[in-house]
Order: sequence, then structure tokens, then C-alpha cells
Amino acid sequence: MSSPNQSSRPQNDNPYDIATGEFDKGVTSGRKLFGKVMTGLVMLCVAIALLPLASILFMLLKNGLSRLLQDFPSVFTELPPPPLVDGGGFRNAIMGTLLTCLIGALISVPVGVLTAIYTVEFGQGNKLSQFVRFCTNVLSGVPSIIAGLFAYGVVVVLMGTFSAIAGGVALSVLMAPIIIRTAEEGLKSIPREVRQGLVGIGATNFQGVTNVILPAALPFIATGVTLALARAAGETAPLLFTALFNQFDARSLREPIATLSVLIYNYAIAPYKNQNELAWAAALIVVLLILTVSILARSLTSRKVY
Amino acid sequence: MTNPSIQQDAINNSIAGDIVIRTENVSIFYGSFQAVRNVFLDIPKHKVVAFIGPSGCGKSTLLRCYNRLNDLIPGARVEGKITYQGVDLYDPKVDPVEVRRRIGMVFQRPNPFPKSIYDNIAFGARINGYKGDMDELVERSLRGAALWDEVKDKLKESGLSLSGGQQQRLCIARTIAIEPEVILMDEPCSALDPISTLRIEDLMHDLKQRFTIVIVTHNMQQASRVADYTAFFNAEAGDSGSRFGYLVEYDRTESIFNAPKQQATQDYVSGRFG
Repeated sequence: MSSPNQSSRPQNDNPYDIATGEFDKGVTSGRKLFGKVMTGLVMLCVAIALLPLASILFMLLKNGLSRLLQDFPSVFTELPPPPLVDGGGFRNAIMGTLLTCLIGALISVPVGVLTAIYTVEFGQGNKLSQFVRFCTNVLSGVPSIIAGLFAYGVVVVLMGTFSAIAGGVALSVLMAPIIIRTAEEGLKSIPREVRQGLVGIGATNFQGVTNVILPAALPFIATGVTLALARAAGETAPLLFTALFNQFDARSLREPIATLSVLIYNYAIAPYKNQNELAWAAALIVVLLILTVSILARSLTSRKVY
Repeated sequence: MTNPSIQQDAINNSIAGDIVIRTENVSIFYGSFQAVRNVFLDIPKHKVVAFIGPSGCGKSTLLRCYNRLNDLIPGARVEGKITYQGVDLYDPKVDPVEVRRRIGMVFQRPNPFPKSIYDNIAFGARINGYKGDMDELVERSLRGAALWDEVKDKLKESGLSLSGGQQQRLCIARTIAIEPEVILMDEPCSALDPISTLRIEDLMHDLKQRFTIVIVTHNMQQASRVADYTAFFNAEAGDSGSRFGYLVEYDRTESIFNAPKQQATQDYVSGRFG
């Protein structure tokens, strides 16, 4: 296999320096420097990106934690006090946030999951499923206050009252696109081979989806639901004129109800110190809630099969 | 080019016994592209038939027509006639799901379901209306696929926890649990190591007592080891320049490997080509 050219090749173009035991320094030191500079630049950008999160957490802990610890159980169990009265808590707002999110989930989870099943498993790229996907993208870009306006127009006007139901409907409009997208991703992550295997053993599309594909995609769907809940828990705008606010406990789903986010909005701009403190404490609770839910979502994703 | 009458003579001379699947003048299209042209080929009962040939010769495409898997590919179209037990598989009245329950398939890459080993087998049987003793069926199927001894103590574990060769045998067990008449195998050993491959080849010898097997393989030694009959496919550029596959020769495996009638077959099996 030897060619005549090989023998005439110069001997000294080996980058390995036998004397020093190092590779050619002339070339690499410049590259190394460039690499270090770029690494530093990237780290700087990461730090800048994390700065707002860190400062928000710092401010919340500084302003909210003391009130939370000082009135530990009563913050969660008492109602907001009237102006110029000390103490009190926001149990009505905690209940309201949980209730509106629950109603939102009850509407958006079935709709979202079934939509994703249609577009991925049954529509398989046909015109309708493309159209649905386009609509989902548009919907996920809709400002949240528009979702509130929609729920106002449909639910509040029809029922004649602000209510937890109206708030839940508004939130479900925001949650649905998140659930559709993550559920679609989860369904698409099931390998083609498994789908072929299902066809190969004579499973109908319905049998395959319900018995194999949906269970395998469940971690993804659960992640989508928790992320959607995290988003809904922090929303204020869609609740402002749907759930409105209530100084007291709502006695039914058909009357105005307090939520943490609207409580923060109302009390943060109130001219009373006690109310301002409650707003800080509520803000800390909301952030902790979202943090917990997000961590839950991560641990659910790590359980995925594929 | 192929000459259908020569093929027919060869088949009539060599294939005796019941015919399970008849392939009469079948051409397969993807849109306007013709992938397979004018195939005549009969699959005899309780035999192993191997499809060999270079890549792109249409052997997998043809195999996938036998259980109507090509239905899933938009634009795929079959001309000619494929009959199973005398029934036209592409008759509009035929339910493709029903076809796939009688003509099972083992795929190139092992594809167990993300379920337990037990449920991998029980699922297929259950959706096919099996009402008998499920434990017994699972054991029988796993024994049939020579996997029982390796998994009998961990039937509750995920099918995905098995090695590649075990997964493929699990897929075979899953297929035989639905008791099809025919098992199609699309390069079932191409993702496996030589030892796992040998085990599956041994298994095929046992399986042909009860099932008719059609196997696509790139491995000519494998074809000569397992198959009773071998069909050699080749690809050729057509008038429009696009390549299409066609059946060159179909005969007893010994004849294909030792005394092929066509020069192309001779070239392929002796390694001078492809």
C-alpha cells in the first residue's frame, strides 16, 4: 500500500514536540485564550439572566418572610382585616386561588389532552390538525387580559355575577395551549416502532392510544398540567374582572372570590402598612407555590419512559 | 428484466403443498413512484420463505403489503392481487385490523411496549378477544419464543429492561400469542448480536411447525440457514430513471444458492454484486 509520495513527506510537521512533550503551542494558545474569553462572556450572560430572579427572591424573602413567620398559622387561617386593624391573614385568597385553578384544570385538562390526541394520533398532519395547531399557537400568544375579557363576556355577563367559575374559565383559556403543547410533545416522543408494533398485533388506533401510547405519554402530560397550573396560579389580569375580589370567604362558586394574585394587586397599592405586608407575604406564597409546582413538574418529566 | 412466465414455471416446479399467500402481478407505488414491479410469488404453508436482495429492491415494501402496513404511508398504493387463503387482502370489504391479527409482524428494531413483560404478551391477546387462561398463554408464548427460562422470575418487570435479543424474542412471543397464521419478519436480527441471531434462527425452525414465516434479510447466510424457499429481488433503473424493485428468481433455497437460473442471482449470492 506504500506510495512513493509518502517517503518524501517532511518529517518535522508532527505537531507533537518531543523535547517539551507538548502539542504545538503556537497554534493552541491563541485558541485557548479565545475559548476562555468566550466562556467568561457566557458565564456573565448567565449571571445577568439570573440576576432578576435572585433579586425578586431576595426582595420577597426580605419583605414577606418576617410577616409569614411572625403570624405563622393565622396568616393562613384568618380573613384580611379592615383598614387600620392589625393582624389578619388571607385564607379566602388561598382558597380562591386553589379553586379557580382547579376549575381551570377541570376544563383545560380534558380539552387539552384530547386535542393533542386528535392532532397527533388521529389527525396525523391533516388540514384540521394543522389548523388546530395554528390556533393553539395563536391562543398561547393571546394576552391574559384578553382571556379575562372573553370569560367576562361569556360567563360573567351570562351569569350576571363575578364568580370563581368565571375566573376558572378565564384561566382555562390560558392553560389549554400549554397542556396541548406538552401533551403533543409527549405523544410525539413515543417511537414510531412502538406504533408499528401496535398496528402489527392488530390493535385499533383507539386500543393503541388508550392502552399503550397514553400511559407512556403520561409523565409529559402531567408535566404540562403542572406547568399550566403554575402559570394560572400567578395570573392576575384574567381574574380582575372575572373572579373579582372578596373581603370574605365566598360561600358558593357563583359569587366573587378572592385570589392571591388579585389580593397582591389590591393590597400592594393600598395606603395601609398592614395590607402592604399581607401583599408581600402573599407574593412570597405565590412564588413558593409556583416553585414547588415546577419542581414537581421536573420530577414528573424524569419519570418518562422514552 | 423479469419475465413473469419464467417465474411462474419456476414456482410451479418447486412449490408444492398449500399456498397461504398468493402474490399475483403486484406492483407497489408511493405516489407516482413505482417501488416494486410485477411480482408473482406464492408463500407455501408452514415453510420459511426468505426475501433477499440489495437495498431498495422492494423486499420490505412487499412484505409490508402482506399485512397492509403500507396503508399507514400516505400515497402508498398496490396494484395487482394479493390473496390470503383465497381472500383478496385489498378488497374494500376487508378490515386491515383483521388482516394484521392473522398475519403478525416482527419488526427490524425490537419494539416492546412500555409495559411489563407479562402485559406485553397479554395486551395483544386481550385485544384480540382471548378469553382463556392468560397466565398459561403468557407462559406458552414465552416458551414458544425460547424466552421463558430467562424471564419467568421477572414477568412484572418492564419489557424495556431486557437486552436487545431478549426484547426481540419478547416481540416474537407477543406475535405468537395472538396465534396468527403467518408471521412476517422484517430483518428481525439486523439489530442483534450473532448469538442472539442464532437463537432467533433456531426459533424459526421450531416456529414453522405451526406458522408460515416470511423473513426479509440482508444476511445471505441467514437465508440459507433458515429458509426453505428464497426469493431474490433486484433493483433496476426504469424508463424515467427512477429505480424500481422486481423479483428475479424464486426457488428452493438450495437451488438459489447452488444452482441459480439467473445470472443476477448467481452474481448476488456469490458476492460479486451488491
